[in-house]
Amino acid sequence: MLRDALLQLHRDLKSQKLRTLLTVFGLVWGTVAVTLLLAFGAGLKKNLIKQTAGLGDRICISWPGLTSIPYQGLGKGRRVRITDEDLETVRPRVDGLKRMSSEYTDGWKMVYNLKTYPVDVSGVSPEFAEMRNLIPVPGGRFLNPLDVSHQRRVVFLGNKVAEDIFGKGTDPVGKTVLFNGSPFLVIGVLTAKQQDSSYNSRDSDLAWIPGTTFRALTGRKYLSNFVFQPASALESKAVTESLRAALSRRLKFDPADKEAFSVWDTTEQFQFFEVFMLAFSLFLGIVGSLTLVVGGIGVSNIMNVIVDERTKEIGVKMALGAKSGAILRQFVVETMIVTAIGGAVGFAISLGICAVFPSSLQEFVGKPEVSPAVALITTGILGVIGFLAGFFPARSASRLDPVVAMKM
Amino acid sequence: MSSRQEMTRETTPPASGRPIIEMVGIRKVYDTGKVQVEALKGVDLRIEKGEFVAIVGPSGSGKSTLMNLVGCLDTPSGGDYFIGGEKVAGLSRDQLADVRNRRVGFVFQAFNLLPQISAFENVEMPLVFGGVPPKVRRAKVAELLERVGLGDRMDHKPTELSGGQMQRVAIARALAMDPDIVLADEPTGNLDTTSGTDIMGVFLDLWKQGSTLVVITHDMALARRASRIVEIRDGRIVSDRPAEQAA
Repeated sequence: MLRDALLQLHRDLKSQKLRTLLTVFGLVWGTVAVTLLLAFGAGLKKNLIKQTAGLGDRICISWPGLTSIPYQGLGKGRRVRITDEDLETVRPRVDGLKRMSSEYTDGWKMVYNLKTYPVDVSGVSPEFAEMRNLIPVPGGRFLNPLDVSHQRRVVFLGNKVAEDIFGKGTDPVGKTVLFNGSPFLVIGVLTAKQQDSSYNSRDSDLAWIPGTTFRALTGRKYLSNFVFQPASALESKAVTESLRAALSRRLKFDPADKEAFSVWDTTEQFQFFEVFMLAFSLFLGIVGSLTLVVGGIGVSNIMNVIVDERTKEIGVKMALGAKSGAILRQFVVETMIVTAIGGAVGFAISLGICAVFPSSLQEFVGKPEVSPAVALITTGILGVIGFLAGFFPARSASRLDPVVAMKM
Repeated sequence: MSSRQEMTRETTPPASGRPIIEMVGIRKVYDTGKVQVEALKGVDLRIEKGEFVAIVGPSGSGKSTLMNLVGCLDTPSGGDYFIGGEKVAGLSRDQLADVRNRRVGFVFQAFNLLPQISAFENVEMPLVFGGVPPKVRRAKVAELLERVGLGDRMDHKPTELSGGQMQRVAIARALAMDPDIVLADEPTGNLDTTSGTDIMGVFLDLWKQGSTLVVITHDMALARRASRIVEIRDGRIVSDRPAEQAA
């Protein structure tokens, strides 16, 4: 039975080559247009974020300092000292906190091939990479949770450090360097990035090791500073205040004491950026919808143009004994298959265009990212439009007298 | 000529059998909004198995309406209609489609073949609608196309065939479900004289092989070859006689 239906379908699609082709073309065109538009939009957006977020992706950096207000009988001028344990304790109490990592910093001597290089070293946790946009060169990786829990002696190198030590042609991953006499395995190298602001040193000149390893080697207990990321740039003030309050309770300083705990909120520049991106997404959405409407009109036009032809065909079939239900059922399946083909081809073409998009241009507009969801939804909408445009004439035709339909 | 008369006599069924077509007091009224047009004003028509009936009449006489009713393409406004003993009045659209599929084979003036599929696939269509299994279908279609002399043209599309060949494909299609009756509406109307004569010959062969034929035509040359001529005028049958008397 199913085989018969498919055979019949194949025959029908074949019998209406032009109609099928035009419909598929309309679907492909619409899908490609919308998918590419949004793919380039997403790529551009990512690129903008990447370029603006050289230091980090909407992060706050904070340093403990000296208290400047007496609090609960304790004098001012006390040093506020924070441990990893403090951070982990307050973490669940702060709403809207997405990521957080402590940072232990020091200048170390690094030895490789009997040469000594001074390097600024940071002990951090794996979350640090996402916040600070530390992307490994392919073939390497950043620190992972196991490195931290096992206090592994592994190091992730800034790209300039790596180049200085190993030269340009060598892959440092897998090599071993000495920090203060202890061997460290190089697990990754930073991808060169644009960075327009920094603290301590530029990322290209730094080396990162697990915070636990740092503490074990140096005996340090208190962190140098820590970095946190609110779930949204717009929440940074609230998250900072909430974090300050939680820490002040635990470490006993006045929540209003700005000096006990200073914060550099880099999200301020992002707040404009987020509004801009929202407007940009809205713009893309509107253009995308309009493109979709144009595509939909195209598909439904094709369906309408062929109504007469289809009507005659339906008339002949009914005269030969086809039941109207079977005719409509077949029409539904036919539309679905045509839509699926159109969508798949459109998606493939979009992928192809993005794949051959010259990398020299990617620096400016970013790497276009095709979203399967967008392609699916676009095709779906076009399919529904085409279906509705074709279904109603087909239904009216199937309700006509066969004789009338045949004479159309 | 005499052989055909004999055949007519032979195929006249015994009194106990029901005729293929049995119409009693059939009326058909078209409601065009303001005006009601009565296209058929009480038609009685019986067609026995093996007859070759020509229905003639001027345009507007109601012969197309009669053809649509006989072919179950339309339902009467009044009267009783039985095809092969099956009551047609009151059937739903889908039931009518089923009756058409099983009992009636159509041959149209404009051929009404689907243009982009092959002769084979066109002939196969009624069998598909009738739920005939693929193997049986293939054998049947091949046999039918052989029978109308197009065994070597099965894979040709209608556009690659001449008018006469297209009508042969249509005839093969009409025979696909072994219908009780083959109904042809001006089958030679779109053909030149040579092809028309040729198609007429195909119909005569079918008749000799036992098919029941009803042909609507105003081509008197074709009508005269039938066993019986029914003349219709203004929605009524005005004459119903063996073909020889019409000449």
